Amino acid sequence: MLNDALLTMRGICKQFPGTRALNNVDFTLRRGEIHALMGENGAGKSTLIKVLTGVYEKDGGHIRVEGQEAHIHSPQDAQKAGISTVYQEITLCPNLTVAENIFIGRTGGALVRWKDYEKRTDEILKSLGIPARAKQELSRCSLAVQQMVAIARAVDMQCKVLILDEPTSSLDEKEVEMLFGLMRDLKSRGVGIIFVTHFLEQVYEVSDRITVLRNGELVGEYETRDLPQVELVARMMGKDLKELSGLEAKTENRAAVHDEMVYEASGLSSSEARPFDFSIARGEVNGFTGLLGSGRSESVRAIFGADRVTGGKVTVKGKPVRINRPHHAMKNGIGYLPEDRKRDGIIADLSVRENIILALQVMKGFFHPMSKAQMEQFADEYIQALNIKTASQDTPIRALSGGNQQKVILARWLLTHPDYLILDEPTRGIDVGTKLEIQRLVLKLAAENMSVTFISSEIEEMLRVCSRLIVMRDRKIVGELSGDGLSQAQVMKTIAGGGQ
Amino acid sequence: MSQRKKRSRGLGQLLIPLVAMGLLLIFNLFRDPGFFSIGIATNNSGNAVLTGNLISIIDSASELAVISMGMTLVTAACGGQDISVGAVGAISGAVFAKVLLGFGSITGATVVLGFILSVLATILFKLFNGTLVAVFRIQPMIATLILYSCGRSIAYWINGDATPQLNSPILSAMGMTIPGIPIPTPIFAVIIVGALMALIFRLTTTRLYIQSVGINQGAARLNGINPVAMKLLSFALLGVCVAVAAVIGVSRLGQLNHKTLLVDIEMDAILAVAIGGNNLGGGRFRLSGSILGAYIIQMLTTTLYAMSVAPVNVKTYKAIVIIIIVVAGSPVVKAKLTALLNRLCYAGLPSSAHKGVN
Repeated sequence: MLNDALLTMRGICKQFPGTRALNNVDFTLRRGEIHALMGENGAGKSTLIKVLTGVYEKDGGHIRVEGQEAHIHSPQDAQKAGISTVYQEITLCPNLTVAENIFIGRTGGALVRWKDYEKRTDEILKSLGIPARAKQELSRCSLAVQQMVAIARAVDMQCKVLILDEPTSSLDEKEVEMLFGLMRDLKSRGVGIIFVTHFLEQVYEVSDRITVLRNGELVGEYETRDLPQVELVARMMGKDLKELSGLEAKTENRAAVHDEMVYEASGLSSSEARPFDFSIARGEVNGFTGLLGSGRSESVRAIFGADRVTGGKVTVKGKPVRINRPHHAMKNGIGYLPEDRKRDGIIADLSVRENIILALQVMKGFFHPMSKAQMEQFADEYIQALNIKTASQDTPIRALSGGNQQKVILARWLLTHPDYLILDEPTRGIDVGTKLEIQRLVLKLAAENMSVTFISSEIEEMLRVCSRLIVMRDRKIVGELSGDGLSQAQVMKTIAGGGQ
Repeated sequence: MSQRKKRSRGLGQLLIPLVAMGLLLIFNLFRDPGFFSIGIATNNSGNAVLTGNLISIIDSASELAVISMGMTLVTAACGGQDISVGAVGAISGAVFAKVLLGFGSITGATVVLGFILSVLATILFKLFNGTLVAVFRIQPMIATLILYSCGRSIAYWINGDATPQLNSPILSAMGMTIPGIPIPTPIFAVIIVGALMALIFRLTTTRLYIQSVGINQGAARLNGINPVAMKLLSFALLGVCVAVAAVIGVSRLGQLNHKTLLVDIEMDAILAVAIGGNNLGGGRFRLSGSILGAYIIQMLTTTLYAMSVAPVNVKTYKAIVIIIIVVAGSPVVKAKLTALLNRLCYAGLPSSAHKGVN
C-alpha cells in the first residue's frame, strides 16, 4: 500500500508573524485517488496547498513525490515536480482560444506551429471528453468548461498531482457532474487529485479518502466510506454533534409571521431583471431559489436599487417610495449583502472597523462623521456579537478568512438595524461552522421581527431557514412554495418545470 | 495593544520618506554644517526676515506642498493623476492678475476678490476634468491632458499680455514676508491649507468615502456612497489647492508669467504623492506623506544647488535619488524589509510567546 504513495508531506510547519498556520502536518496522496482536504476556514488548507505549490516557503518538514525529496521553492518548481493546481478563480486568459490557453508559455522557441497545437488540443479535449473546440475563444465556454480546460492544460503537462481548489463553487449541478466525470477519468489514469471543497455532498460523491485539518493541525486521515457525514462535520469543527442537531429543532418554532408588509413591489424591473411582483412581511424569512443564472440575484439587486431600476411600484411599510439607488433603499431600512463578497462587499484595504461602520456612517450622512470612540465601540460590539476572528479592529479586512469577512459585512448591515435584510449567498465559500452560525443568526433576527430574504445555492439550507420560497427559472418567477410544499423534491420539480 | 499597532502601521507608510529626509539631513550635516545655519537679514523692503537653507527649502516648497495635498485626494479617489495642475495654475494666476489689473488698484479688497474669483475659476476647470473622469470614466491622465496642453494658452488669452506686472506691498507680504513677522508667508499658506483639509476630514466623511471609492468603487456604491460626487469633490479640492499655489507664485514674483508659473509642478506633485508612500492606484492615503514628499524634493534640489552642481545636471542627480527612494518604498522591497524586521523582532522568542496576537 505504501508503495502507492504518490506524494507524502511530513511534519510540515509554516509560521506567519503572529500565527502558526501549519503545525507538524502530515499528508499522503496515493496514486489514482481523489483525496478531499477538509477543514474550516483558517484550518490551514490553503496554506498547505500554497506550501505544496511553492507559493509559500515551508518552515519545516519534507515533501516527497514518488519517493524522491522534492525541493519546491516556487510555482515553477512545483510544476516541474508534476504538481499542478486549478484554482477557484480561473487563471487562464479568457480572450485567447482554448488551444492557446493550453499551450501558452510552453511552446518553446519563437516559431509556433499553431496548426499542430490546435490538432493536438482537439485530441486532448476529445480524450478527456471536454465539450469544446481548440479554436473556440475561452470566454465563450461555460465556466465549467473553462475549468476543465485548465485541468486539460495541467494533464497535458504530465502532472501527477492535481490540486482542485473549490472547483465547483460557481458551477451548477450538471456542470459539477461533468467535472466529476473528468476527475474519475483522470483518477483511472493514475493521477492523484487533491480536492478542496466546502460541499460535503460532493466529498462523499467523489472522494476516496479525507484528510481533516483544524487550527493548523492534522485531525486525521479517513477512508470516506468509514466516516459518516455528521462525524466529518464534528471533526472539522471540533464540536459536539448535539450542537449541530440543535439547529434542526429550532427551525420548527419559526417566528410567527406578521400580517404587516414590510416591502411590496409590483412589476418591479431593472436593467438586469424582468418585471416581477414580490412582497415580504415583518418577521418573515423568504428566499429566491433557482439555478445559477435564473435571475435570483438580479431580482434582489432590483429591490435594493443596485442596478438601474426601469419600472414598477414599490411600497415600504405601506408607503409608496422610489428606490433607484442603494442609498434610497438604505434610507428605507433595507440592507443588502451582495453575492460576490470580494467584488461587491468588502473594501479590502480598509480596516475591519471601517468596514463595519461604513453603511451606518453613510446613513448618518456626509456631515455627521462618527467619532473614533463611537466607531471603536460599535466595532468591538459586533466583533464580539458575531464572534469575528481578527487580530484587531485595525486589521485590513482582506487579511481575514472568507467566513470572517462575510461576518464583517453582516455586522455592517446589522449595525444599521434594518427592517428588511437581503442576504445573497451569505454562506458561499465559507466553512460549515460559520454557515450554521449565520443560519442561526437569520432565524434569531426573524424572531426579533426583522424580515430577511435569503438566497443560497444549497437547497437544504434554504429549506432550513425560509418559510416561503420563490422559485425562478430563466429570469422569471415560476412558482412559490410554503408550508407543506417546502421540500427538496418539490423545489426540484418546480425548477424543472413540473409545476406544483 | 490596538493603540500600539495603529501607531506602528501609521509609521509604516511614512517610514521611507522619513528615513530619506533624515539621510538628506545627515548628508548635509557632514557635507557642510553651515547648511543648517539660520540668520536674520533685512530684505529689500526693509523687513527683518529669517534666512538660511532650511527656511528657503520650506518656503520654496510651499506651492508644491499645497498642490500635492490636492493631488493626493484625486489620486486616492480616481486611481490616477491630474497632469494639468501646472497649466491650470497659470489660468488661476491669470484670473487673479486680471481682477487686480481690471480694478487698477491693488488693495486688500481687490486681492480678496481676485483670490476668490481665481479659486472659483480653478474649481470650474477642475470640475471639467472631474466630470470627464467621474462621469465619462476617462483615464485621469487623458482627461487632464487637454488642459495640460492648452491651459497656458488660455492663461495668455485672459490677460493678452505676456507678463503683467503687479507691484504692491500687499502682494509682497503674501509672497514673501509680512512686516514684523520674519517667517515667509507661503509657509503659513501651507499650514492653513493643511488645517483646512484636517477640518474637512473632521467635519465630514470625505476621508472614509474617498478611500472607499478608491479601493472598491462598486462596493462603495452598494453602501450608498456616490462615487461620482466623491471624485468631483476630490477635483474641486485640488482646484482650491492649485489656486492657492498660483496666487502664492504670482505674489512671490510680483508678476504673472504664464509660461513659467508653476511650470512642471505636476510631475513633482505626483512624485511627492508617491514618495509619501501613497498608492498611485488609489485607495488609502496620507496627506502628511505627500507634504513630506514635497519637502524632500525641494531639499534635494537645494542640496544639489548648494553643492554647486551645474543647473543642467541637477535634474539628473535628482532623478537618481528619487528613483532610489521610490524603489525603497516599492512593495517588493517593503515586503523584504518587513520580513527582515519580523525576523529580527521574533528572533529568540519561543513560538508560544507571540501566538497570543490572534
